[in-house]
Amino acid sequence: MIRLYQFLKPYSTALGATVAFVLLQTLSTLYLPTLMADIVDHGIARKDIGYIVSTGEVMLAITVGGMVCSIAAAFLSSRIAVGFGRDVRAKLFARVETFSLHEVDLFGTATLITRTTNDVTQVQMVTLVILRMMIGAPITAIGGLILALQQDRPLTLVLAVAVPILVIAIVLIARAAIPQFGLMQIKLDRLNLVMREGLTGIRVIRAFNRVDHQTQRFDHANTDIADNAIRANRIVALLMPIMMLLMNLTTVAILWFGAVRINSGGMHVGSLIAFTQYAMQIMFSFLMVSMMFVMIPRAAASAVRINAVLDTVPEIADPLHPIEAVGGPEISPPSPTIEFRDVTFSYPGAEQPALSDISFSAGLGEVTAIIGGTGSGKSTLVNLIPRFYDVDRGSVLVDGVDVREMSQQTLRAKIGLVPQRTVLFAGMIADNLRYGNQDANDAALMHAAEVAQATEFISLMSDGLGATVAQGGSNFSGGQKQRLSIARALVRKPEIYIFDDSFSALDFRTDARIRAALKREATDSTVLIVAQRVATVMDADRIIVLDDGRVAGIGSHRELMHNCNVYREIVSSQLSAEEVA
Amino acid sequence: MSVRRPETPAASRPGGPGLMGGGAWGAMGRPPEKPKDFKGTLFRLVRYLSPYRKKLVVVLIFAILSTLFAILGPKILGQATTAIFNGVVGNLIAVRAHRPTHSLDFGYIGHIVLILISLYTVSAVFNYAQQYIMAGVAQKTVYALRRDVDAKLARLPLKFFDARTHGEILSRVTNDIDTIATTLQQSMTQLITSVVTIVGVMVVMLTISPLLTVIVLVTMPLYGLVTGVVAKRSQQYFAAQQKELGRLNGHVEDMFTGHTIVKAFGHEDRSIERFNLINDRLYTAGWKAQFVSGVIMPLMTFIGNLGYVIIAVVGGIFVTQGRITIGDVQAFIQYSQQFTWPIVQTANIANIIQSTVASAERVFELLDETEEIPEPTDAIVFDSPRGDVAINHVTFSYNSDAPLIDDLNIDVHHGQTIAIVGPTGAGKTTLVNLLIRFYEIDRGRITIDGVDIRDITRGTLRSIFGMVLQDTWLFNGTIRDNIAYGRGGATEDEIVRAAQAAHADHFIRTLPQGYDTILNEEASNISQGQKQLLTIARAVLADPAILILDEATSNVDSRTEVLIQQAMATLMQGRTSFVIAHRLSTIRDAEKILVMNKGNIIEHGNHRELLAQGGFYADLYNSQFAGASLDDAVMV
Repeated sequence: MIRLYQFLKPYSTALGATVAFVLLQTLSTLYLPTLMADIVDHGIARKDIGYIVSTGEVMLAITVGGMVCSIAAAFLSSRIAVGFGRDVRAKLFARVETFSLHEVDLFGTATLITRTTNDVTQVQMVTLVILRMMIGAPITAIGGLILALQQDRPLTLVLAVAVPILVIAIVLIARAAIPQFGLMQIKLDRLNLVMREGLTGIRVIRAFNRVDHQTQRFDHANTDIADNAIRANRIVALLMPIMMLLMNLTTVAILWFGAVRINSGGMHVGSLIAFTQYAMQIMFSFLMVSMMFVMIPRAAASAVRINAVLDTVPEIADPLHPIEAVGGPEISPPSPTIEFRDVTFSYPGAEQPALSDISFSAGLGEVTAIIGGTGSGKSTLVNLIPRFYDVDRGSVLVDGVDVREMSQQTLRAKIGLVPQRTVLFAGMIADNLRYGNQDANDAALMHAAEVAQATEFISLMSDGLGATVAQGGSNFSGGQKQRLSIARALVRKPEIYIFDDSFSALDFRTDARIRAALKREATDSTVLIVAQRVATVMDADRIIVLDDGRVAGIGSHRELMHNCNVYREIVSSQLSAEEVA
Repeated sequence: MSVRRPETPAASRPGGPGLMGGGAWGAMGRPPEKPKDFKGTLFRLVRYLSPYRKKLVVVLIFAILSTLFAILGPKILGQATTAIFNGVVGNLIAVRAHRPTHSLDFGYIGHIVLILISLYTVSAVFNYAQQYIMAGVAQKTVYALRRDVDAKLARLPLKFFDARTHGEILSRVTNDIDTIATTLQQSMTQLITSVVTIVGVMVVMLTISPLLTVIVLVTMPLYGLVTGVVAKRSQQYFAAQQKELGRLNGHVEDMFTGHTIVKAFGHEDRSIERFNLINDRLYTAGWKAQFVSGVIMPLMTFIGNLGYVIIAVVGGIFVTQGRITIGDVQAFIQYSQQFTWPIVQTANIANIIQSTVASAERVFELLDETEEIPEPTDAIVFDSPRGDVAINHVTFSYNSDAPLIDDLNIDVHHGQTIAIVGPTGAGKTTLVNLLIRFYEIDRGRITIDGVDIRDITRGTLRSIFGMVLQDTWLFNGTIRDNIAYGRGGATEDEIVRAAQAAHADHFIRTLPQGYDTILNEEASNISQGQKQLLTIARAVLADPAILILDEATSNVDSRTEVLIQQAMATLMQGRTSFVIAHRLSTIRDAEKILVMNKGNIIEHGNHRELLAQGGFYADLYNSQFAGASLDDAVMV
């Protein structure tokens, strides 16, 4: 948490001013009881109305001053804390944007989102509370103590007893309550889980006639959390009465011992009244500080999570002197667009490499298909081309240049990727299609949509290309999203197309139509298709069969049917004997 | 993807009820949602509390007693101060008059101290007892609400779930009910305490000095002014902040989930640019919201202090004139300070109650949804169904304007296989859903063994069917429990045999915990194909007369695929089967093929008949399966 506060540096002037204002404001509040004591001991006791009124005027001035100070402090602390939150958030977001897929996998998308949003908000809030109350509380405590001592020294012994009891009581209750609330969170998650399962599995539950069973599960989770909530709330309910009781008993104790002191002539009645008020202020400030210790651990946990992201340096960085592609079709002899040379790659921490000794090359105008079972490394292979990961051994070359020697910008500008999991962004359809090529005109968008077989459903929408895409594209079906994602890559008119299992949500007919249209479209590009269906890959110029991260065969459909067992196995599981022939 | 967790009770209660006004301050920020029917909803919510009527009365009495005792404190304390002061002043006079001084009347003071100690202790005990009881009442009420919502969900037709996202429904059970819980737990008693405090303090002050009371009351409109004007302002800013925060979260979610695309298309800079734009707007809205809400406290303190100064001065003058005692002034100061909080709180609680009622309204809306058609009272009981299915003149539509299925007639006999084919979104699942009565048909009838499916209970009907869907739903629990889900009370032996029949036994035994392996939340610890095998085992165990199968299209590796096919073939033996088919072999072997497009069954017959027709099916067949061997087939 303290480390995060280096982000407060730009605000050091404002910070200093805030502390000063809080100090002044606290002093003003502290000074009032002293003046009150003066009224009692000097004004009232001597029946000096003039003194009472003039002291009242001073009190009024101090009150106004205190208010002005605390408003100024509120103004500054808001700007500091919220500005601090903004800065941390911006830094965090920019950092995540530099991450390669490896770092994103390492954290997980969900937690990265929470860290950038909730965690920052949490830290920002605590910062604000610290600025508003934490600074004030110790000043009140110390100032109050000094003034209380001034009023009467022996009487402060009452506080020496009361404050520790107060702190201990808070700590004990917090200690008992916090684990209960932790448990409650777990049980709440459990309740949500059961509920969510009931919703996602509703067809299965009803089809298997297990509604009662599901109700029982829910009831169990529900009872569990209700019991826990009762327990937790009953512990927390102790806090207020005990605090109030302690405060009130302290007041009574002060009255009694104060009376003793007054009787022995050691103190005035006004001092007694002032002392009581100081005691309350001191105890309240200790209360605040104790509360703070309950709040800070949670913010500290958030801070740790934020720091973990900020400390992560992406392992993939641009070379110092990036080479622009020197190969490619322009020079002769043309170097292949994509070339894998003995590539071996393992995910960090994995025992087995995901890819071993992969070599192949693909040229312009060629279609290379990659097929294999789940976990055979198909997606991993294509993810190496845009340098989402770096290889362990060997090299990946694009236009004759190792991808590690190019800038990521240059490399990725050549690629049109259609990922396995379709991603659309909130906005219009047109915005999404233009994602890879801001300058494309509407005609180009419509053409791409045509090729991707998306025109039909786009034209059905009242706004056509201007139709809104909800966050995550949730207002489109899987097939529609996939088609838009394909169109987006087409608008880019890239040198290399990568289709990573991009036809899975389409029926065979649409799949076939898209591939036919693509064939006409991508004559001067290199195409890579990752697929599960044999029908999708059969007519490729080159089929790479992957099995457990190794090449089990490379060749055309006909060649592979002859010499590759794995391929034959895949084919026979999908096509009947006649089609195989 | 939604990663935002519902606000937990722990999060909304920093360190306990209202000590620093944690709950109350939070609510001062956000603008309350307005319920549509405040009175009606409130009344219904109160009805939920009615089983605890007696306890609530006790809570009310305890809260009042606790507050009253606490209110009496300062007045009595003031008397002690007066006694001390008078004693001192008396001595002062005595000294001047050269008379003997007396010691303070410690008997009297001691008496007061004892009264105070007992008053405060009793007040604390009542306060705790009241909250203790309320915790039970609040949580039990919330439990009942959750239970009712869950029971309601079980009775709602699938149509309801189709029209809403899971998040939407979940948020009623979590967020909305949580809001109600917090309010019941905290705000209700706070409201009682606040009102009693305000009234009680006022009464006590009046008994001490009507004139001073009037002076204190002069500051009251100021409180109202501050809460009214500033709080309204702050709500506007908070609403703006909330909006920007929503935009920011949306952007972050979009960009992080689409990280691959952002990277692949080189959009990092533009993404950061847009983030900074929203982030700056959030900053502007944010600090204003925090500032304005931060001003409330200083203003309140100022008004409080203003009252304090006035009491000190005017009270002081009154004491010199002998109209009141010094202790009264002290009591007044304490009372005026006790005043501030309840006033702020009551203003907030009005808002809290409003959003609580809005939450309750959403929950009640759910509870009022139209339920499924009730079960027939004289339901027919099936002993051993054969599995003859007849669909006669069935018409169905999701919404009344466009019929999805129009006058459909199919006759299926025991043991036959019916393949349903067609492009994505053709309505294949709809047909299946009608069979098991997930949806009600508009016209016509569906019979099983000659009995209309509306004449038997849904439970009986569904026990006749077994389903293996593409959506391989498994729940968080052991593999054994997941298979046993097919039929309640299955023995270990039956479970293992079902797993064997489904070719799942082998892979289960290779797992470290075997049948006791716990499937995690997303069941990501086994592969998609293995999940499919488990769902087949589940259906085998259920041993239904009629099967509904949905063949998987992708995401399964070829070896598991072979196992799945074999398992499905075993399962289909001797049963009537409806298969949403993708595999040619299945389709060709089927006794009947239903070809669907755009929600209609456009052709039906067996493979040969349909090919001979040369229609949609023939077209589909050629493009899908025969395509491989045709040179002009559409390949890239």
